[in-house]
Amino acid sequence: MFEPNLYFWLTIAKFAVIMTIILSVAPVMAWVERRGSALLQNRLGPNRIGPFGLFQSICDAIKFMFKEDPVPGHVSKFYYSLAPVVSLVPAFMTFAVIPFASSIEIDGRIFSFQLANLNVGILYIFSIASLGVYGIIMAGWSSNNKYALLGGLRSSSQMISYELSLGLSVIGIVMAFSSVHLNDIVAGQGEAIRQLGPWALPEWLPIPKWGVLIQPIGFIVFLTAIFAETNRLPFDLPEGESEIIAGYHLEYGSMKFSLFMMAEYTNMFVASSLITTLYFGGWHGLHWVLNLVPVEGLAREWTRIVLEMAAFFLKVGFFMWFFVWVRWTLPRFRYDQVMDLGWKVMLPLSLGNIFITALAVYYGWM
Amino acid sequence: MEISPIFFYLFAGVALAASAMVILKRNPVASAFSLVMVFFAFAGIYALLDAHLIAAIQILVYAGAIMVLFLFVIMLLSADVPSFDLRRAHPVARAVGGVLSLVLFGFFVWAFKNSPSPAPLGNFTAENIEAAGGNSRVLSELMFSEYILPFELTSVLLLAAIIGAVAIAKRKQSLPTEGRRK
Repeated sequence: MFEPNLYFWLTIAKFAVIMTIILSVAPVMAWVERRGSALLQNRLGPNRIGPFGLFQSICDAIKFMFKEDPVPGHVSKFYYSLAPVVSLVPAFMTFAVIPFASSIEIDGRIFSFQLANLNVGILYIFSIASLGVYGIIMAGWSSNNKYALLGGLRSSSQMISYELSLGLSVIGIVMAFSSVHLNDIVAGQGEAIRQLGPWALPEWLPIPKWGVLIQPIGFIVFLTAIFAETNRLPFDLPEGESEIIAGYHLEYGSMKFSLFMMAEYTNMFVASSLITTLYFGGWHGLHWVLNLVPVEGLAREWTRIVLEMAAFFLKVGFFMWFFVWVRWTLPRFRYDQVMDLGWKVMLPLSLGNIFITALAVYYGWM
Repeated sequence: MEISPIFFYLFAGVALAASAMVILKRNPVASAFSLVMVFFAFAGIYALLDAHLIAAIQILVYAGAIMVLFLFVIMLLSADVPSFDLRRAHPVARAVGGVLSLVLFGFFVWAFKNSPSPAPLGNFTAENIEAAGGNSRVLSELMFSEYILPFELTSVLLLAAIIGAVAIAKRKQSLPTEGRRK
C-alpha cells in the first residue's frame, strides 16, 4: 500500500507554496496593470481603497463572487461552463517544472526547489502551454455568437503561427547548453562567457553566459512569440475590443469571466518565468551578496536559497511589468500584419538562428 | 517499472469514454474536443510507462498542433451537417456495418489473446536509459546515427507534402486574377 514519506510531504508543501504564489499573481497584477496604465497615461487609477488602492483587487474579487452568474440561452451549456476551467488549468500545470532556486542538502538528502524534474523539461512546458488555446476556442465556439467565434478562430490561427517560432527559437538555447533540462540550462548560465566568436575572452572578464547574450536573435523571436501566445497586446486579436467587442469571452460574466482574466495573468507569470529561466540566468545574479553576510553552515545554505529565490522573482517581476509596459505603449496589430510577422519574419529568423547556432557550436565558438 | 493501477484505469477509462464521444457526438467541433481528451489520456498512459518524451510529443504534436488546425478548419467551414446519419441509413448498410464491426472486435480479441510475449528490451532498460542521460538524449542519438536514413526520408516526404499543399493552394487562388488581368 501507499505510505506517505518525507518526499511526499515535501512535494505537497512545494505544491502549496507554488499554488499560493500563482493564485496571488492575478489580483496583484490586476492592480499593477490598472495603476501602471494610469501612470503611463498620466491618470491616477484606482487609489481609494487601501494604501495606493491596493485593496481594490479584493473588492473586485468579492464583487465577482457575489454577482449573478447568468448563462445566456443560446450557448452550448456544457462547453460554455467548461471553457474557463480549460483555459486556467494548463496555465497552472506549466509552472511545475520551472526551477525557482537551486537545490539544498539537508541531512544528506538533496531537496530541489522545483515541483517535478522531468527529463523532457522544455518539451513539457510547450506541450502543456499549447493546450491553453482550447479554452479560448471552446469559449468562442460554445458561445454561439459570431464575434466570439471570430475571436476563437483568430486565437487558433495565431497560436499555430507563433508556436512554431516559439519552439524553434528555444532550439538555439537547447543547442547552446546541450540539454532540455531546465536545471542544466540554468546551471549553464551561471558560467562565464569565454568565447566571442573565434576570439577567446580574457579570464578576468565576468560576463555571465546568459541566454540573452549568446542567443540575441533567439531571444527577440521568443519574446515576440510569447506575447502572441499569451494573447497580450500588441497581439490581443482574440479579444480586440474595437473590432470584435470582447472576442471569445463576450458572453461571459462574473466569476467565469474572472477565470479568463486569471488565466491571462497566470500565463503572463509563466511566460515571465520562462524568459527569466531560459534567457536571463534563472536564479543566478545575487550570489555576491552571500560574501557580505557573516553566516556559516546550514544558515549560509538557506541564505543562498533565499537570495536565489529573490533573484528569480525580481527578474520575473520585471518581466511582468514589461508585459504591462508594452501593453500600454504599443497599439494592436492588424490581423494580416500578425500573420505576415509570424510567417515571413519570425519563422525565417528562428530557422536562421538555428543554423548560426549550429555553426557556432560546431566550431566551438560557444 | 510497475504502473500504478489506479492511474492506468483512470486514463484508460477516460480514453475509452472520450473515444466513444468522438463518434457519438453529432457536432464535429464537439467530436474534435473529445479527440483532444483521447490524446491527452494516451499521453498520460505513456507517461505512466516512463516514456516522458513520447507523452510530451503526443500532446505537443497531436493535441497542441494538429487538433488546433482541425478545429480551425472545422469552424471556418462550419461543417455542422452530419455526413452520416444512422437513423436514415439503409437496413442492409446497418446489418453489414454491425457484422463487420463485430468481426473486427473478434479479430482484436484474438490478436490480444494470441500475441507473443513482449519484445525483448535489449540494452534499453529503464536504468540504462537513465544512465545515458534520459529518453530524449538516447532517442536523438539513435535517430541521428543508426536511423538517419529513415529520418531524412521522412523529412523529404513531409517537404514534398508541403510543396504540394502550397502549389494546390496557390493555383486555385492565382488563376482567376491572372485571367482577369489579361
